[in-house]
Amino acid sequence: MNGFQVVVLWSDALLALLLLACGAGIAAALRREHLRRAWRAVFANRSAMAALVVLLAYLLVAILDSFHFRPALERQAAASAAPAQYSVEVLSLLDVALARMRTTREDSYSAPFATHAFRKRMIEMPDGTQQRDYPRLQFGGAQLADPAADRGADIARRGLGGAAAGLALWAFMAGALAVFVARGRREPVRRTLGAILGGNTEVAWGAFGWMLLLVLCAGGALFALSGGYHVLGTDATGNDVLYQTFKAMRIALLIGTLATFVVLPLGIGLGLAAGYFGGWVDDLIQYVYTVISSIPYVLLIAAASLMMQLVIEQHAEVFDTAAARADARLVALCVIIGAISWTTLCRLLRAETLKLRETDYVQAARCFGVSGVRIMLRHILPNAFHIVLITLVLEFSGLVLAEAVLSYVGVGVDPTTTSFGTMINNARGELAQDPVIWWSITAAFVFMVALVLAANLFADAVREAFDPRAAALPRRRRVPRESAA
Amino acid sequence: MSAATLSVSGLSTHIDSENGLVRALDCVSFEVHAGETFALLGESGCGKSVTALSLMRLLPPGGCVAGGSVMLDGRDLCALTETEMRQVRGAGMAMIFQEPGTSLNPVLTVGQQIGEVLALHRGLKGAAADGEAVALMTQVGIPDPQRRLREYPFQFSGGMKQRVMIAMALAGEPRLLIADEPTTALDVTIQAQVLDVMAALQRARGMAMILITHDLGVVAKMADRVGVMYAGHLIEEAPRGRFFAAPAHPYSRKLFEALPEGHRERGVLATIPGSVPPLTAHFTGCRFAPRCDRAWERCRAEAPQWHALEGGQRVRCHLHDPAESMRAAVQPASRSAAVSPARATEEILLGVRDMKVHFPITSGVFRRVVGHVKAVDGVSLDIGAGRTLALVGESGCGKTTVGKAILRLIEPSGGSARLGDKDIGSLSGSALRATRASMQMIFQDPFGSLNPRLRVIEIIEEGMNALGVSGSDAERRERVVQIMEQVGLRPELAERYPHEFSGGQRQRIAIARALAVSPRLIVCDEPTSALDVSVQAQILNLLQELQARLGVAYLFITHNIAVVEYLAHEVAVMYLGRIVEQGSVAEVLGNPQHPYTRALLAAVPRANADAGAGADAVLVKGDLPSPANPPAGCHFHPRCPLATETCRQEYPQARAVDGTHVVSCHLAG
Amino acid sequence: MIAYLLRRLLLAVPTLIGVNLLLFTLFFVISSPDDMARAQLGAKRVTPEAIERWKADRGYDKPLFWNAQAAGRARFTETIFVQKSARMFLFDFGKSDAGRDINRELSTRMWPSLALALPVFLVGLFVAITLALLLAFLRATWLDFTGVIVCVVLMSISSLFYIIAGQYLVARVWNLVPISGFATGLDAARFLALPVAVGVLAGLGSNVRWYRAIFLEEIGKDYVRTARAKGLSELAVLFRHVLKNGMIPILTGTVVVIPSLFLGSLITESFFGIPGLGTFTIEAILMQDFAIVRAMVFIGSVLYIAGLVLTDLSYTLVDPRVRLQ
Repeated sequence: MNGFQVVVLWSDALLALLLLACGAGIAAALRREHLRRAWRAVFANRSAMAALVVLLAYLLVAILDSFHFRPALERQAAASAAPAQYSVEVLSLLDVALARMRTTREDSYSAPFATHAFRKRMIEMPDGTQQRDYPRLQFGGAQLADPAADRGADIARRGLGGAAAGLALWAFMAGALAVFVARGRREPVRRTLGAILGGNTEVAWGAFGWMLLLVLCAGGALFALSGGYHVLGTDATGNDVLYQTFKAMRIALLIGTLATFVVLPLGIGLGLAAGYFGGWVDDLIQYVYTVISSIPYVLLIAAASLMMQLVIEQHAEVFDTAAARADARLVALCVIIGAISWTTLCRLLRAETLKLRETDYVQAARCFGVSGVRIMLRHILPNAFHIVLITLVLEFSGLVLAEAVLSYVGVGVDPTTTSFGTMINNARGELAQDPVIWWSITAAFVFMVALVLAANLFADAVREAFDPRAAALPRRRRVPRESAA
Repeated sequence: MSAATLSVSGLSTHIDSENGLVRALDCVSFEVHAGETFALLGESGCGKSVTALSLMRLLPPGGCVAGGSVMLDGRDLCALTETEMRQVRGAGMAMIFQEPGTSLNPVLTVGQQIGEVLALHRGLKGAAADGEAVALMTQVGIPDPQRRLREYPFQFSGGMKQRVMIAMALAGEPRLLIADEPTTALDVTIQAQVLDVMAALQRARGMAMILITHDLGVVAKMADRVGVMYAGHLIEEAPRGRFFAAPAHPYSRKLFEALPEGHRERGVLATIPGSVPPLTAHFTGCRFAPRCDRAWERCRAEAPQWHALEGGQRVRCHLHDPAESMRAAVQPASRSAAVSPARATEEILLGVRDMKVHFPITSGVFRRVVGHVKAVDGVSLDIGAGRTLALVGESGCGKTTVGKAILRLIEPSGGSARLGDKDIGSLSGSALRATRASMQMIFQDPFGSLNPRLRVIEIIEEGMNALGVSGSDAERRERVVQIMEQVGLRPELAERYPHEFSGGQRQRIAIARALAVSPRLIVCDEPTSALDVSVQAQILNLLQELQARLGVAYLFITHNIAVVEYLAHEVAVMYLGRIVEQGSVAEVLGNPQHPYTRALLAAVPRANADAGAGADAVLVKGDLPSPANPPAGCHFHPRCPLATETCRQEYPQARAVDGTHVVSCHLAG
Repeated sequence: MIAYLLRRLLLAVPTLIGVNLLLFTLFFVISSPDDMARAQLGAKRVTPEAIERWKADRGYDKPLFWNAQAAGRARFTETIFVQKSARMFLFDFGKSDAGRDINRELSTRMWPSLALALPVFLVGLFVAITLALLLAFLRATWLDFTGVIVCVVLMSISSLFYIIAGQYLVARVWNLVPISGFATGLDAARFLALPVAVGVLAGLGSNVRWYRAIFLEEIGKDYVRTARAKGLSELAVLFRHVLKNGMIPILTGTVVVIPSLFLGSLITESFFGIPGLGTFTIEAILMQDFAIVRAMVFIGSVLYIAGLVLTDLSYTLVDPRVRLQ
């Protein structure tokens, strides 16, 4: 490769913006004592910290998959003076990192760790005769001379090697973490390390650490194994399923988060305005969200995205690559989802604003003649902020799940985009075949449940920490252990 | 003396909380005999309610009885299984809770809820149960019990709900009744009715009763014996007469001295510095020592033992150790010098004329206006500069609405309010904002009136910023420091958040916020009713001092007559949106003319030993009618014991009695 | 009460007009009938004549709002707005783009939908409330916490997986029921058993968790303490006091979907080959049959609004405090 052209897709830019906004939000939260306290409660929650590791792992993959570029085509020697030509294929850093998975394409189905194809085919024997048999895969297990005898040992060797590398990386990271935490606690690193692994720190670093170990070892093993095998098999067109699941992670995260850009301004602005001003403003806003929320969710998205597809198809010339077009469809889907789901936040904020408007501190501010906008920003929004946060984190897992349904209905992401939804959709017929082709759907299942479960657990912790009403519910309290000193 | 109905010894209760183990009760022992009322007295957080819940074994999750015994008629309740204990609850002892509004199940009829007890403990069902329920409801004074049996709690007023609670508690014919602040949520006139019902029923049934309260007046009216609680300890126990004649513990004495009632000389009230310590702490000495002005080293080092005094009084204080008799003799000067009286001026600061606030009631398909809730219906009053006018009345009479309408927090529907030479009602925009600096408000609930997301300095600065009072940042900062010192807050607390402060401190912050823009009038909406009596005294002292120093006028909205007596110069009594009587404090309280004013004054329980249940003459009947549909004629006539035909037909005009004393009653004068 | 109902119905009219305008904007303003024709005809057959013919066949060749060529009232009525949008208020949905009579399809297809959706709703509600009460009874024990974790796991699984796994295990591996299909009469039970079970399971996690939270909130209230102080057993407290109060918020969330049960479930129906409205809708979306999508969206919001009214009415049954004014 001798050059590349950076491509910034809309979704890349939005994701970057979102991460920046998150960073700014974290910085702001650190300055506000009550937010710090609530987040401390989140981080003291073990399941939340374990879930955070999983979410961060997905996020890392998504970020790597969000730096897009077009590699330059090999130049003809004669035309070396001509401007570089770039491939129409848009790649990401993740594609580079997983180059082997991406490029080792088989012909058709193959089972996980298979060395031979899944179906028999006429193959030409070395002696020239033709025979119907399972052909050797082009890449999967190609390094083995005698697959039947060597495969088990090779898998074990690669797997253990990868896991060991993961373990080493983990040891390094755990050490760094211990040094960092020990500095905060002003105590010897060794004791801090013991406290972390024993789960005796205020922030549940223990759960974080152990989950990290699991993720790193599994990741290391997967990476090492994928060098020689299709760890999760291949699909109908021979693509590596593990590679597809990695690509699907970014889509899932984008679907779950990009709608925020529409939901936040609409939900907060209109919710506060409706609740605070009342009167005709309230009537109008209520009318708009009643109209939108009275239409069944999937049907409205279906109607809107059918029309959006028409528009994109009519203007296909705007997009110079297929990736850009698929991306436009993804962003449009997120905008549609956002334009439909702001009503939930708006309704909740309106109700809360109605309550807060009557509080004595708002009355006191009105006594000073403080303007309506300033009251909303200074008194109402900070006190209703937990609703915004809880709604957003709860919405995330719902949207990831919704993507699968929408893709199945045919109004989700572009069919050329690999998402959990398209994977499930493609895998539908596979279960009916005999012998059954189970790996694609299983891969989608495992990776999707891991993401949604982690998101749900984290959302629960956030709700528990931020929602004043959740404080009344019984929860498991950590038994305070006497300190090891 | 007969064997005690209830005998508690060494009862300790622990509650596992986020902040650690709360030792909510620590070795509490007392006895209650049949036919006797034992009052548990103390400020909030002292463990009174936990005592009751421990006796019932109904502690919240995480709570457990850690030691001691509870003997009811000779059975140790702590040794019973949960199933056996259920037989005791409702039948052996029953309980009444503080909030009648939330303590009844909203979706079951009153009859069903009473019937539940009858079926469970007395095996009554069907018609027999209904008959018994009607009898019970008659006993607690609920009119028309046959019909009301089928009604739901929301159809009852607060006082009636509490009567239902009493009927329900009595349905199992308990030997012991525990009443946890049974009248705290009720108005004084209703409180008087409910307390009378309780006293009469107790006498008739010969029950033992534990009455939990923070109100010395209620104790004086109801109790035979008194136990004072502080920080999970019982610290004094005495028969009522002894207790009111000679409270022994320094804490008990302070409680009396902090009461505003009877202090018309406007002196400085005694206060107790600090607040009740958190019960997660480990105590070595006396728990009250850090707040006690008579404490010495021994108090801090050694927990006091019980010392028996004469007349059945006992106290847990080193002062009463015979070995310390020298110290007990020395009484500290209890009251400091009076503040100089406020400057009496003739200048009228606030003049309100015929103010009305009507809220429309809509109905039908097109939401037509079918009537009005006349929350405020023609109120006129004057406040002189640097003076205090108390606006008195029961909840729902519209007194808070008057305050808010003056400040234009609610738009009045009619009438006018002038502040100095400005007509507040006609102002708008920047002119209104400029006037807002002259009038401010202090709210009732110190926990709801401060934005929990802002630091103290931001809260105090807000008004100055909005009204552009002070110029530069440095000047503003200086002003904040000055104001905080003025209200008795250390300036270094400016960077803290409200939740780090106690109720009294929060109320100081609220006062500082109002003072920051140098107002000439402050509307005080029940600023002390959510506070304990010792803290109330601090805030009253502060308000008094600020008036003397800054010449600020107060419109003091309250239901507490004792506070009026102590703080106000003039008083106006409100009933159902109108003022029925007004004049100077001496005129109105000394010579009440309106039957409502008299009833209000009579209903206030006085904290002295001669008060007894049923001793009062005038009592109002029934509840406050709805302001949506006030009675024709004099609004008060349905509840008035003296009402005549004229009263039923026309509303009485205001007429002068003498001096500034004005009353709206056909019978007055 | 009558006045209240009238008022609610009157208020529904502007909402439906809003829905109608939104649909009109989406389908005819943002994208034009020409776009639809192109999408339907496919790239190869697109000629200006084919487009015109396609539009004329389906009545999309009229102007949007104002037909200058027509005379009299027809200037308004012979427009896309009146013919395609406003007519929906009369529940006259006309023909689908593929030429089927939508009204007839609706009336025949809603019964299979209901046969699936109603049992899912009723069984699901019953099971969820029972389990939630059980968890509330066992609150703060390890059984409760395990139950909550199981709920979180259940709700983290996409409904597609429940269907796929159910079909694979129950129908294919164990051969207990047919994989898909539908029959009328009692025979339908054979076909419906699995989809109903899958539907119930798919909704269980979130519902149990939500109801449990509602019950726990009620358990923390003062009247429960009063009930305990009477000496009632924990079970009596739960069933007599907590359940009845907890039903109020539960009803808010559930009654509103009852009318929408007619619409059926998109995914379940299409996976199990049940010829209901869900399948109908999905097919329409896949075939890009815009007339059907429009009709279904409109009916969906009509039913949703009916659900809102029904919710208010149900309050009067469980909450004595509510008198509809």
